[in-house]
Formats: sequence, structure tokens, C-alpha cells
Amino acid sequence: MKIINLDYAAAAPVDPAVLEVMLPYFTDHFGNPSSGHQLGRKPVEAIEEARVKVAHLIGADARDIIFTSSASEANNLAIKGLVEAKKKKGNHIIASSIEHFSVLNPLKTLQKDGFEVTLLPVDQYGLVDPEKLAEAITDKTILVSIQAANPEIGTIQQLDRLAAVARQREVVFHTDAAAAAGWIPLAVDNPGVDLLTIAGDQFYGPKGAAALYVRRGVRLVPQVEGGIQERGMRAGTENVAAIVGFGEAARLATESLAERAEKTALIRDRLKESLFREIPHLHLNGHPEKRLPRNLNVAVEFVEGEALLMRLEMTGIYVSSGSSCASQALKSSHVLKAIGLPPEKAQGSLQLTLGHDSSLEDIPYITEQLAQVAELLRNMSPLYHKFIKEGQ
Amino acid sequence: MPEYSEKVMEHFTKPRNIGEVAEPDGIGEVGNPVCGDMMKFTIKVKDNRIEDVKYLTFGCGAAIAVSSMVSEMAKGKTLEEALKITNKQVAEELGGLPGNKMHCSNLGADALHKAIEDYMEKEKKKSAV
Repeated sequence: MKIINLDYAAAAPVDPAVLEVMLPYFTDHFGNPSSGHQLGRKPVEAIEEARVKVAHLIGADARDIIFTSSASEANNLAIKGLVEAKKKKGNHIIASSIEHFSVLNPLKTLQKDGFEVTLLPVDQYGLVDPEKLAEAITDKTILVSIQAANPEIGTIQQLDRLAAVARQREVVFHTDAAAAAGWIPLAVDNPGVDLLTIAGDQFYGPKGAAALYVRRGVRLVPQVEGGIQERGMRAGTENVAAIVGFGEAARLATESLAERAEKTALIRDRLKESLFREIPHLHLNGHPEKRLPRNLNVAVEFVEGEALLMRLEMTGIYVSSGSSCASQALKSSHVLKAIGLPPEKAQGSLQLTLGHDSSLEDIPYITEQLAQVAELLRNMSPLYHKFIKEGQ
Repeated sequence: MPEYSEKVMEHFTKPRNIGEVAEPDGIGEVGNPVCGDMMKFTIKVKDNRIEDVKYLTFGCGAAIAVSSMVSEMAKGKTLEEALKITNKQVAEELGGLPGNKMHCSNLGADALHKAIEDYMEKEKKKSAV
């Protein structure tokens, strides 16, 4: 059976060209970058080279890049590190209500420690209103954290306007760009963000390497203490091979960003058209235009997402779902709730993310299979039977 | 996705007794879309036995498998026997359910019992007239 992966945001294979560059750092150049002798030299050089490549992808200076193990760690460092450094100035933090859990959960912890947190609402497409941000800022606000794009529904924020609001009020602005980096152009000086999270595994780098950009002059308290790696901002022996791969993936993404985005968005748009043409009662989640090139998110009305996911897997198609049953915690997506999607639609939401081997040729098969699965599950759905009877 | 037993997968893949019986003697509905699962059981009763049982289910793989299993277990049983079907039995018959899916098995037996109680209510009213 042919496998069609439509869950590339969850994980993607490492680009073979990236892997090739990484391999010597597991064996020949195994040295510890902190060593005083010869064995540490090559790894140090390689890390610094990777730092330049990563910085280049986001228009930053290499000296302002701190490597971490994951975007989650970078988000934790940005948030906890910043508020700890600024707690004398104020205790108020603002974020959007559709942030990743690696932003929301640290905020919950900080709330217990006495910080005040405002979660800004989003509109039906997932956009934060810059005016609402302006209204929420007080003289106690020390940090604003708003993602560049949402990993689940793909909505791209108006980062320039949001960052401008924060800058005007002299509040540090962090953006979690894990889902956006490598897929849409990002430059830290335009829109003027102070902290930015980026992860290599979102654009064909290996898992285990990510970074936080920290604007010069913004002080953070390190969250992993120990040695003086990463200028003392993040202790621990560097994951050299992964960092090297992250750098190379960033270089390739910088080189081919426009082409990659355009090609992927074209397939995504055709897939969307095909699904909406052939399958009744679908609802598009997220913004119709301002969305990540590889992201499609649809609610299949009257059915539940995990059942859809399982049925699609039997046909060789891998997707993910925002339904509560599809999550370990049995909670439906906070993002779909925030955009005001009714629970029954949220339960039937599918997240489709394309990747390097997505093809126009697969669209008819995907459409046919999803149409069949939706029909089969609708035929056993009490909600669908009610709809047919009552027409509502 | 949780690890489902072979039996769960079999019932999920080929669910039995889907639909609504014509002119049902009893109807039992449980759940709502907020929690993610909804079941509607309809039964036909003859000589104190469940002659036919069908269901409609909005829910995850476990919920669908549970509905299917409950319908099989209930068919042909006396009302008293069917009322004794427990959530635990349903889960056991399915070769177990992942821990965070046990609540699905609760819904299945509950929906069936509601349908039976609905029938008994109606019968009581009939005999009172």
C-alpha cells in the first residue's frame, strides 16, 4: 500500500544532504567543544558555522543565537528567563490564547508564582488584533509572546504590527516562530522582535536542535545552569551533530524558501479545492490566505477525528486531529476552541501538513479516501442522521 | 493514537448493527459532542427479549467498537440479562481498552440500559392506562 504522509508538521525525515553533513560529527569529529585540545577544535568551528547559517535564515547576527535542544526549551528560556530578569520592573505577561503548550504551560506556572497573565483572544481565523494588544499593555507589562504562525491551523500573525505595538510601549516581544521558520520569510529587525524561537526539525533538520534569538541588550536568566556553553545562557555539552544539521537545514531553507513555499502551497491549494469540491459539509479552519504554505486544517462535520484518523490510516494516509479522543489528555484543541469552532466541528477537525514528497498526483486518491471515510462514519453518526431529518 | 486490541480494531473496522430499528420500542441516548462521544441505541422488544438492537455513534475508535460489541452482547438477551451487562464486561469482551478510553465503555452499556428503561417506562404507562 502506498503511504501518503499528511502529518509532516509532526515529524519529517532529515534531508539526506543534511544528514551527510552531520555524520562526521558522530564519529571523526566526536570531540567536546569545551576541550582545550585539538579534538574540540573542529566541533567548535562547526557549531559557530551552524550559528551563522541559522542566524542568516532569520536575518539575525550569529552572536545573538543560543542553541537549545528543542523549541519547547527555547520558549521556556525566553519566557521564564526574561520574566526572572525583569521581575523588578513588573509582573504582567501577555500572550495569545492559541500559543503552543511550551508557552502556555510556563505561563501557568508563572501565574502560580504571582505573575499576572493576559491571554489575548483571536478572531475566527486565529488572528490577534494589534489594537487589543495595545489595550492590554499596562505599565506592569514586561513581556509579550505571540507566535509567528500557528502550527495547527496555519494562521500567520501580523507580526510587524504586533511587534511595533510592543516596541512603542518598550515591552520585550517574543515570538515562537517554530512553525513559521523555514516556510515564510522572517527577519528579526523587521518587524523588530526581541526574542525568537526556531526549530530545525520543522524544515528537514534533525530533532534535538533548536535556537532562541536574543536581541543584544535583552537580559535573560539561564534556565539550565552548569558550564558556560552558549555564553553561559544554556549549560550542557552541545549536541554537535544535531546543531550542524540544524545549520545546514537552515542554509538550505534560506536558499530555497520561496521556491519550497510556492511549490507546497500550490499542492495544498489544489488539495483544498479538491476536498471542498468532492466532500460536502467541510469547514476550513484558519485563515483563507494568511496561512503557512504546507498547512491545511478542515473540520469534517458530524464525525469524530480519531475515527477519521484511524480509518484514513487503513488506507495509507497519515493525518492528525484536533479531537479530544485523538489527544492523550482527552482535551480537544485549545486553538479550535479559541477561534470559536463549536465542539462538534472541533471534534471532527483534521490537520493536514504537506512535505517534500507531497504530490499533485496523490490528490485524487486522498480526496476519494476521505470522501469514503467521511460518508461511512457519517452514516453511523447520530448528528448526521439528525441533520438529515431536521436539516439543521 | 492509543494501542487498541485486535478485537477493538475488528469491531471498529466492521461495526455490526449500525442504524436505527424501525418503530423502536425503546430509545437510549448518552453523551454529547463536547466530551467527544455520542451514542443512540434503539431496541425492538419481543416476549421480554431484545429482538433487535441498532445504534448510531459519533465518537472515536473505542466508542464505535464499544457500541458494536454492546449491540452484539445484547441481542437475544432478556431485558433482565441485558440490564446486567456491565461496562467492565464490555471492555473485557473487547480484549481491554486503553486506560484513557475506559469511559467509552461506560457509555455503551449506559446507552443500552437507557433504551431498556425507556421501554419499561412506556410499558408501565401502557399498563397504567
